[in-house]
Amino acid sequence: MIQGIDYVAVAPVLIVALAALAVLLADLFDVPRSVLGWVNLAGLGVALGWVAVLGAGSRRATFCLPSSLRGQGPPSCSYVADSFTLLFQGLVLAAALIVVLLSLGEITRSSLPAGEYHFLLLSAIVGALTLVAARDLITLVVALETLSLPVFALVALRRYDGVATEAAVKLFLVSVISAAVMLFGISLVYGATGAMHLDRIALSLDHLPSRLGPVAAAGTILVIGGFAFKVAAVPFHFWAPDVYQGAPLPIAVFLSVVSKAAGFAGLAITLSLGFPSYGHVWGPAIAVLAALTMTLGNLVALWQRHSVRLLAWSSVAQSGYMLAPLAVGSHKLPGAVAATVSYVALYAVMNLGAFAVVAAVARSRGPLLDDFQGLARRDPLLATALAFFLICLAGLPPGIMGLFAKIVVVQATVAGGVTWLAVVMAVNTVIGLYYYLSWAARLFRPTTSDVPVRTGNATGLAIAAAAAGAVVLSVAPQIVLDAVSAAT
Amino acid sequence: MILLEIIGLPLLGALALLLPAARGLTDQTIRWCGVALSGVVLAMVAALAGAFDYGRSQRMQFQLNWRWAPSIGLRFHLGVDGVSLPLVALTALLTFLCFVYSLRHLPTPAPDVRLWTGLLLVLEVGLLGTFVALDLILFFVFFEIVLIPMYLVIALWGGTARRAAAFKFILYTLLGSGLLLVGLLLIGMNAGTLDMVQLAARHGSGLSHGIQVAAFVLVGLGLAVKAPMWPLHTWLPDAHTEAPTVGSVLLAGVLLKMGTYGFVRIALPMAPSGAKVWAPYLGFLAVIGIIYGALACLAQRDLKRMIAYSSIGHMGFVLLGIATLTPVGVNAALFGNIAHGLITGLLFFLVGGVKERYGTLDLDELGGGMLARAPRLASFLTFASIASLGLPGLAGFWGEMLALLGAYKPGGGLPRETFVTFMVFGGLGAVLTAAYFLRMLSKITHGRATASAPVAGLTAYEYAAWVPLIALTLVVGLWPKTLLDLTTAPVHLLLGGGS
Repeated sequence: MIQGIDYVAVAPVLIVALAALAVLLADLFDVPRSVLGWVNLAGLGVALGWVAVLGAGSRRATFCLPSSLRGQGPPSCSYVADSFTLLFQGLVLAAALIVVLLSLGEITRSSLPAGEYHFLLLSAIVGALTLVAARDLITLVVALETLSLPVFALVALRRYDGVATEAAVKLFLVSVISAAVMLFGISLVYGATGAMHLDRIALSLDHLPSRLGPVAAAGTILVIGGFAFKVAAVPFHFWAPDVYQGAPLPIAVFLSVVSKAAGFAGLAITLSLGFPSYGHVWGPAIAVLAALTMTLGNLVALWQRHSVRLLAWSSVAQSGYMLAPLAVGSHKLPGAVAATVSYVALYAVMNLGAFAVVAAVARSRGPLLDDFQGLARRDPLLATALAFFLICLAGLPPGIMGLFAKIVVVQATVAGGVTWLAVVMAVNTVIGLYYYLSWAARLFRPTTSDVPVRTGNATGLAIAAAAAGAVVLSVAPQIVLDAVSAAT
Repeated sequence: MILLEIIGLPLLGALALLLPAARGLTDQTIRWCGVALSGVVLAMVAALAGAFDYGRSQRMQFQLNWRWAPSIGLRFHLGVDGVSLPLVALTALLTFLCFVYSLRHLPTPAPDVRLWTGLLLVLEVGLLGTFVALDLILFFVFFEIVLIPMYLVIALWGGTARRAAAFKFILYTLLGSGLLLVGLLLIGMNAGTLDMVQLAARHGSGLSHGIQVAAFVLVGLGLAVKAPMWPLHTWLPDAHTEAPTVGSVLLAGVLLKMGTYGFVRIALPMAPSGAKVWAPYLGFLAVIGIIYGALACLAQRDLKRMIAYSSIGHMGFVLLGIATLTPVGVNAALFGNIAHGLITGLLFFLVGGVKERYGTLDLDELGGGMLARAPRLASFLTFASIASLGLPGLAGFWGEMLALLGAYKPGGGLPRETFVTFMVFGGLGAVLTAAYFLRMLSKITHGRATASAPVAGLTAYEYAAWVPLIALTLVVGLWPKTLLDLTTAPVHLLLGGGS
């Protein structure tokens, strides 16, 4: 049987995949590095434009079950380009553009192989774009692995560096374990429901014979475990600090923003479309996971002296905040998904900004927090930008976007009746404030170091873009909130 | 719209000053900009007070109700009634006086005037906004706006231990506001609206008893950190002592009132059955605060720290008034808010003046005889101290007397014996308050001067900043009814028809 494919819907994925192949081929013919960078940027730009165009149109779906096989069931499409998907694809592509901008200088400085670097990065983005559009468990797993595999290589790309190699091995091992856990979970869910498409799983779970209940429950929990690795939630978090520190910095940014956003999208899709009727099972599990993740991340971040490690632990903590709304289970789930998505989107902007400034400072002055002391004296604009991003991450005015991110998350958590988790979150924001604020204050202290920061055009552009985004969203945070609630 | 202008003007002014383009302005120009901006705000607040319909002070007036973020139900809803009007006026007045005072008297080492002025203006935005916001989330946003500016004012221009004090301040208050947010949303999500007018009118109907109990304790803890209530007060002595003069004035004068205002505006009317459960505990802690504050004052060797601790006692009276859940008590609390703002604001100004002239605030080092060496300053200090200890006829008296009166006859359902005990101990605290102020006065204003060198006289800027506060302390003390009439009707409405 021949199936029609809606190429318009899958075009963003195809464009990025073609760009990846083009980069790989061009590298074989010794095309200069800068051209490879431009091809990468162009591919992402075109894909982003395409996503914007799709956003104006109506929902598209492809790879659906043919009607002859469908029976009485739902349409069961494997790839859906609805507004949720497009929102995330736009987010992934925009963040990836910033990552590429940060990479341009890094490739030269760390003498990374440019062709491989761009190819692997684009491949991982293909995975992320597919992941957010996937609506069946097999596509989800394949996309998740497509996103993960190139990253191992990217982390290890600084071959001369032992730390990078160690980080890559750690990442690989945790990833393999979590993939195994997830596949086992999927097999249990399939065994219980006999379905792989999320809409069919949901229907089947509604009417599951009670003796299969425990099997399905175990399956859902194990599937969540697989995503917990992607979003660096406890207990799959401990790769994050080592990998962030060992990897080239743009790859750390990629992991903490793009890969994490895709992971949350996958989690939200799976839970809300596939397992809504098992909310009473996975809701409390996620609540515990969220509470542990935010508390552990924040407490360990307190002790960090290395800027990238601090951001790594803080991003673990932030994952906890993002997980929290999903703890509501099936009660008021759409609102919870909207809150998580809003947080992911807002967090992407502020985290990208903070990482971009850290990238610039780390290569001129050093990556330790002490190296940031007195940054404001030589580079007041850079210091102000970093301070603003940090205050946003802490969630205090003038970082209104961060404040609103916290508000929506607490709102959804409270609305779903998980008040205790909201209280845990409230206490955690205080811990978070301590390290964000002491870092920000450090920037304005007197110093003896007088090393100027050479930002570079591409990194400067990345910082400016993130700062512009942060300012706009701090003036009008409703842009993101309303867009997200329309899409979910 | 006038409310939007009152909030928007300082905000725009602050943004304009913080832009790099303002770098060319001289310090003097920027100082006058601060005075002018806050002066215009004060004038607008005066116009607002003039146009206010006093016959219907329980109604929200000058309302503004715009959509902001419909997806989370947030509206940009502002308005004033008889409860918020005095606080708005107090904020505008104190900020203006702070700017006037700053024309000449800045903390040492001299701050970057642009940043200084900008931060104070942002602070004013947050304070005013908190008192006029009528949407729970909007209230929270304004509540949070004051944190960073006040942190910076303390951390940049405070005393020797400023950094630790500033951190303590912001971490404590953030912990409070985190819980506050959870409590506010617990109310908002379960009632299905964030509109504070509607929620207050419902008096908790539609919220189960359990929700109300939980919401009151969360909101209450958040506000109690700000107020501050014993034992959550420990940030206050450090922050007040280390902050520069103007910072202490605004902290004590207005910032603390955000907490007690929140109790009256949000906690009591929106979760009344929660309030009934928690009121005895609140009253108990308030009375401990009164006694504790007074005893701590007796033990202080530093004048500024003593005034800081006295705030804990005074705010204890305010909280006790709130805990009675009666119109008399709540009225007393609101009155006490204003009186404390005027008197303690003045006291911190005076302490700043003493520090400038003597270079120390240690009671022993100051020695005696201030009346001989600096007669005007000493008289002002005597006046403010006597007002603060609650001499009848001055502003400090009525709030505390009425709070005790409210405790004599607490609201329905509250254990009378308990509250009468509170009243007795509160009265004891008032006596102790008199004791420590008189001890302080006898120590530094009276007695023989240890040094004979005359001290610099008061400057025109000091007169300009202090005299209005003295005048208002007298006016409010002599004609308390003007202020009480303003708050009586809205308090009855908030408490549910005076039941």
